[in-house]
Amino acid sequence: MSGVDVTAVAKNYGATKVLTDITQNFESGTFTSLLGPSGSGKTTLLRIIAGFVAPDEGAVRIAGADVTGVPVHARNIGMVFQSYALFPHMSVAANVGFGLGRRGIRGKAAKAQVDEALEMVRLPGFGGRYPRQLSGGQQQRVALARAIVIRPDVLLLDEPLSALDRRLRQEMQVELLRIQRESGLTTIFVTHDQEEALTLSDKVAILDRGRIVQMGRPAEVYERPRTRFAAEFLGDANFLTGKVRGSAVEIAGATIMTEDRLPAEGATVTLAVRPEKIAIRPAETARSGAVENSLPATVSSVIYTGTALTYMLRSGDLHLKVFAQNSDGSPLAAGSAVVLSWSARHSVMVEG
Amino acid sequence: MIKIARLFLALVLVFLYLPIIVMAAMGFNASPLYALPFDFTTHWYQELAGNGRLIEAGWNSIWLAVLTAVIATALGTLAALALWRRTFRGRSILRILLLPPIAIPWLITGTAMLVFFFWTGIGRGLHAMLIGHVALAIPYVVLVVGTGLQTLRADLEEAAMSLGSTPIHAFFRVTLPLLLPSIVGAALFAFAVSLDQFVISYFLSVPGMTTLPVEIYSAIRKGFTPEINAISTILLVASMIIILGFARFARPGGIGERS
Repeated sequence: MSGVDVTAVAKNYGATKVLTDITQNFESGTFTSLLGPSGSGKTTLLRIIAGFVAPDEGAVRIAGADVTGVPVHARNIGMVFQSYALFPHMSVAANVGFGLGRRGIRGKAAKAQVDEALEMVRLPGFGGRYPRQLSGGQQQRVALARAIVIRPDVLLLDEPLSALDRRLRQEMQVELLRIQRESGLTTIFVTHDQEEALTLSDKVAILDRGRIVQMGRPAEVYERPRTRFAAEFLGDANFLTGKVRGSAVEIAGATIMTEDRLPAEGATVTLAVRPEKIAIRPAETARSGAVENSLPATVSSVIYTGTALTYMLRSGDLHLKVFAQNSDGSPLAAGSAVVLSWSARHSVMVEG
Repeated sequence: MIKIARLFLALVLVFLYLPIIVMAAMGFNASPLYALPFDFTTHWYQELAGNGRLIEAGWNSIWLAVLTAVIATALGTLAALALWRRTFRGRSILRILLLPPIAIPWLITGTAMLVFFFWTGIGRGLHAMLIGHVALAIPYVVLVVGTGLQTLRADLEEAAMSLGSTPIHAFFRVTLPLLLPSIVGAALFAFAVSLDQFVISYFLSVPGMTTLPVEIYSAIRKGFTPEINAISTILLVASMIIILGFARFARPGGIGERS
């Protein structure tokens, strides 16, 4: 088992910079998501690791060997494509056995490994069928079996779940994670679905305009976003911009505390606060002094979704969003005066 | 509405097939002047068997069509792969330039070829006809194969390469088998274009070395017998068998979609 190292990789298409100076280690046996909007370069990075795209600069090492100049077929990779890319003219067994054949494994030995792989993706006995006879989820599993049966040095997944409906996608997420854990493969997963990235990954890398702006454990990236983009793309956030006053930030007349190290007095900073971290209380019942931060506000609208409530609020010039549990069954009406409160460690200073 | 449409379709089929049926029937009628009543005979087929000129022209036509199909399909498929799977300068212009030859009247193309072949020393004869037919057939092949390529996902080849196929192996194991129905269809098109071809063949033929359409044309001018019907019927049946065979072979979606 071994990881993937990307060093100073850059790629331009004409004048468009697709990737800029990407240096990242994907540790052996870990599941890493590349998360970003379309055009952020995540798919290009995956294709550079696979070998379909040659980087203009930089190097790619897989399992310790420099593969920058090595063509795709000579890299030992497994890849699952967005559309599965199963060979329609071959049976499931022939699809899964394709890579084994290229490695000189044929006959009984190949059949045993194909059966084992189909077992792993829970499709035993499906070898004789053709791709068109399978459902989307089953095709997905065959594509996965085909990619892992060759015991690749790295498993590359290009938005493999995006074509499935919601229920099936959640089911496949669980399966994917189980298979990755069982096989212990270093896995790199491209997605634009933040929930998917958080659920599946050991590490999440957030890409913005060709750069990895942050990489870390899902909880780390979610709770401590480093940039405004990361905070916004992974989850929802309220952004409060103000000036440093002493050990706090003055925003719209209120003093907001944070545990982050602040720059010099008078500097402009932006704090991100997750909507679910903010408690909302009617102004008349609000206790004071219990929490570090409190902000008076007015409810401008409520979105009722049954289990949860989303409040849109105003506080002076600020627009805020708060997620609340529908615990007492009577949401606050629009126009209500409320007090918002949250603890200092939930005010996260972000760049940009 | 549907009833009218059905009636219309029936009429179209009648007008298409009735003359052909009459033509085939007259090959079995004893009267050399196509007179009725119908009197069944295989006399004209026996006559045909002794008519060296017609038979030779028939074989010329078939060989020419087969060679045209093979050469045009090979070249046209390569061109389609380049035009739809590679990016290079002038690709869109080349794609557009493929279409006009299909619409240019054959009379004009034929004249142009005659002049060009004369100037370049290629001259006339079966070899000149072959060059002409191949040139005519290539645009059809590129279009048919190109359409097939567009319905074939490019990531299939990538998937093969990710599993260890060299680009050439991926092409022969994945792309070619899936493209085969389109290629066979294109070959049939090229075969038909050549077999049907009259104008260009007429311009490029030399006396004694001609194709069946040219031979039939000169026979008609000299006054003709139901022998022509006989050989036409043989050709017709042969091409019907080929076309229907293909229709069975190439179901929508290609061979990969058959169970």
